[in-house]
Amino acid sequence: MVAHLLSLKWRLLLNGFRRSPGQLVGIAIGGLYALGVVATLAGALVALRWADAETAHTAVVLGGAAALLAWAVVPLMASAADMTLDPSRFTTSAIPMRQLLTGLALAGFIGLPGLSTMIVALFTAATWWRSVPAVLGALLGAVLGVLSCVVLSKVVTTATASLAASRRFKDVSSIVVFVPLVLMGPIVAGVFRGVSSSTGYLPELARTVSWTPLGASWSLGGDLASGDVAAAGLKALIALATLLVLFAGWNALLKRALVTPPYSGGSGKRGGKLGLFGLLPATPTGAIAARALSYWIRDPRYAASLMVVPLLPVIFLFQSGQSGSYSMLVILGPLAAFILAWSIAADVSYDNTAFALHLATGVRGIHDRLGRALACLVFALPVVLIFAVGPFFLTGEWGWLPCVLGLSLGVLFTGLGLASIVSARYTSSVPLPGDSPFKKPPGNVAQTLAVQFGGMAVLFLLVLPELVLVIVQSVTGDPLWGWINLAIGTVLGVALFVAGVRIGGRWLDRRGPELFAQLSVNR
Amino acid sequence: MTVQLPGSPHTSPVPALALRGLAKRFGGKVAVDGISLDVPAGSFYGVVGPNGAGKTTTLSMATGLLRPDFGTAYIHGVDVWAKPLEAKKLMGILPDGVRLFDRLTGEQLVTYAGLLRGMDRDVVAQRVGELMAALDLSGDAGTLVVDYSAGMTKKIALASALIHAPRLLVLDEPFESVDPVSAANIRGILDNYVASGGTVIVSSHVMDLVQRMCDHVAVVAAGRVLAAGTVDEVRDGATLEDRFVQLVGGGNQTGGLEWLRTF
Repeated sequence: MVAHLLSLKWRLLLNGFRRSPGQLVGIAIGGLYALGVVATLAGALVALRWADAETAHTAVVLGGAAALLAWAVVPLMASAADMTLDPSRFTTSAIPMRQLLTGLALAGFIGLPGLSTMIVALFTAATWWRSVPAVLGALLGAVLGVLSCVVLSKVVTTATASLAASRRFKDVSSIVVFVPLVLMGPIVAGVFRGVSSSTGYLPELARTVSWTPLGASWSLGGDLASGDVAAAGLKALIALATLLVLFAGWNALLKRALVTPPYSGGSGKRGGKLGLFGLLPATPTGAIAARALSYWIRDPRYAASLMVVPLLPVIFLFQSGQSGSYSMLVILGPLAAFILAWSIAADVSYDNTAFALHLATGVRGIHDRLGRALACLVFALPVVLIFAVGPFFLTGEWGWLPCVLGLSLGVLFTGLGLASIVSARYTSSVPLPGDSPFKKPPGNVAQTLAVQFGGMAVLFLLVLPELVLVIVQSVTGDPLWGWINLAIGTVLGVALFVAGVRIGGRWLDRRGPELFAQLSVNR
Repeated sequence: MTVQLPGSPHTSPVPALALRGLAKRFGGKVAVDGISLDVPAGSFYGVVGPNGAGKTTTLSMATGLLRPDFGTAYIHGVDVWAKPLEAKKLMGILPDGVRLFDRLTGEQLVTYAGLLRGMDRDVVAQRVGELMAALDLSGDAGTLVVDYSAGMTKKIALASALIHAPRLLVLDEPFESVDPVSAANIRGILDNYVASGGTVIVSSHVMDLVQRMCDHVAVVAAGRVLAAGTVDEVRDGATLEDRFVQLVGGGNQTGGLEWLRTF
C-alpha cells in the first residue's frame, strides 16, 4: 500500500508534465531554480568543511531550523499548496492508518521541495567529514530533520485543512502574502544588516536552538565532531521524540480529518444591508460604480493590487533612507496614478462571463465605462493627491509641487480614459474569479502582453506634453512651467478621460457580444 | 433539410420569440444549422435536445449574447440584432454556464440587475424583498453569492432575470441542481407568470419535467429542429421521452455489463 501511494504520487507528477508544454516549461524553470539553490547550498556546506567547528555548527543548526520553520509556514501561505495527495481524498478507500501515514510521509519527498531539502540536508555529512562518528551523526540528523520537516508541514496543513478550505481564509491569505513579497528588498537588506551586526550573538543563539526541537537533529554532526557524545545522545533523543510527537499529532489530526469533511460556507445572513448600492445614485452608472467598489474591497484579485499602493511609500522611503536623498520620492504621485489608473485596463476580463449580466440587461456602454472609471477615481484621486503632495514635506522643494501635481493628474485621468478603451475592446488573461491573484491565468499570454505593453506605450505618448513640461522646468528652473503643467495636466487629462469613456462606451455598444465571446474562451 | 415549423392555429399574430434562419459555426463545426421557430406569446415552451445539440447556442443568439452568422431573432416583433437595447428590455434571461458577480450578496446582486435596467430604487427594493421570499432565499439574502450552493446560485440568477417583469423569460437549464421543493416553487412562479400572459422558454434534458410543465415543445438535435409544436402534437401518443429517443436516434444499448449482476 505504501508503494501504491508512492507510485500514485509519482504518476501524478509525471502527468503534470503531460498536461501542456507550458506546464513542462514551468516545471523545468522551477527545477532549474531549485537546482541552482540546491547547488549553492550544497557548495556552501562543502566549503564549511574547512571552517572552524563553531562557525559550521552555527550555520548548520540555524539553517536547519530555518528550513523546518519554512516547511511549517510556506504551505500555509501558498494557496497553491500541493494537495495532490490530500488525505480527504482517501476517505472512501479503506487504507490502514499506519500505511497511509508512512505512504503520505514518504510521498512528501517526491517533488521539488522534498527532494531539494533531502539533498541539501545530506550534504551536512560533507561539512562534518572530520571523523566517522561526526559523519554518521550528521546523516542520522539529516534523516530525522528532513522527516520532521515533511511531517511538520503535514501536521500544519491537516490542522488547517478545514480552515484553508474556507473562502475567507483563502481571500485573506492570498492578499497578506503580497506584503512580504513587495517588501522583499527592504526585508532582505534589514535581515542582512541585523545578521552582520550581531555575528557575536549567533553562536549563542545556535547553541540554544540546538537544544530545542527545531535544531536538535541538525546539531548531531557538530556535537560529535567536537567530541561531546553526551550532548549528541540527548539531542538525538530530543530529535526522535520530536518526530514521534509530530507523527502522533498528525495521526490524531488525520483520523479526525478523515471523518469530518472540510466545512464549507458560513451560516446564512439575512439581508437588509445593501452597502454601497444604497449610497450611490440609483442609476446604471451608480450601480456599476457601487459594484466595482465592492469588488475593489472584496475580491482578492483587486485587493491585492490595492495592497501594493500603501507599500510604495515604504519602499521609496527605505530607498531614500539608504541614499540619504528624498528627491526620488516625488515620483510617488505619478507612479501611483499610473498603477491605479491602469488597474482597470483588464476590468472586463476580471468580470469573466459575469459580464453577461451587463449584456443581458442592455446597459449602455458609456454607463458601463463611466461607472467603472468613477469607482476607481473615488479612491485613486485622494491617494494620488496625497502621494503627490506628501513628499514635499520631506524635500521642501515646493516650487516643483504644481509640476508634479500636473503630471500626476494628467497620468491619472489619461490612464483611466485609455484603460476604459482598452478594456472595452481587448481581453487580457487574468486569474479567474475566485482564484488566487498568484495563480497563472489561463489563455493567450502573448495577446495579454501585447495589449498591456501596447496600451502603456500609447499612454506614454498621450502624457508626453506633461512629461515635456517637467523637463522644461528642470532645464529652465522656472516654476511658471510647473503651473502651466498643472493646467495642461488637468485640462488635457480630463478631456482625454471623457473621450476615452465615450469611445470605449461606443465600442462596447457595438461589439458587446464579440467581447463576451472572447471572455467565454477563458473560463 | 426539412424544418417543421409549429403550425399551431392558435398562434397569436406576433410571436413572443421568432427565430429566422439562425446559424452559427465554431471553427469547422456547425453548432446551429439554420433554426427557424415561432414561440407563441403566452406559451410555456420547452426546448429539448441531447448534449451538444445547440440549445445553449441557439438561446444565446436569440437573447443577444452571441452574434449569429446568419439569421436573426425577433422578440415581440423587435429585431434583437437591429435594436438590441429595445429587445433586451422585453426579456429576462438565465444563461447557462456563465458566472455571476458572486462577490456581491444575493440581495445586492438582484438589486444590481434591477438598477442596471434603470429601475427606480424603491421599486427594486420592494421587488427584491418579494423575490427573495418567493424563492426561499430570505435567510441568505446577506450571504455572498460565492458562498451559495449550486441550487441557490440558480435561484438568485433567476431572481435577477425576473426583477424587471419581462414579457418573455428565456431560461437555460433552470432546474439543474435545484432541490425538488425549490423546483416546485419555481414552477409555481412560472405557471402564474404564464397564466397572466407572460411567455417562458426553458431548455432542459429532463423530458418528464418538460412534458408535465410545458404546453409547447421543440426537439433540437445537431443544430436543427426535428419537431416542434404543442406537447401533444410532438409526442403523438407516446411519452415525450420515447418520442425524443425515436427522433434523435441512437437508442439504448442495454447489453454488456453482465458482470454487474454477478457481485
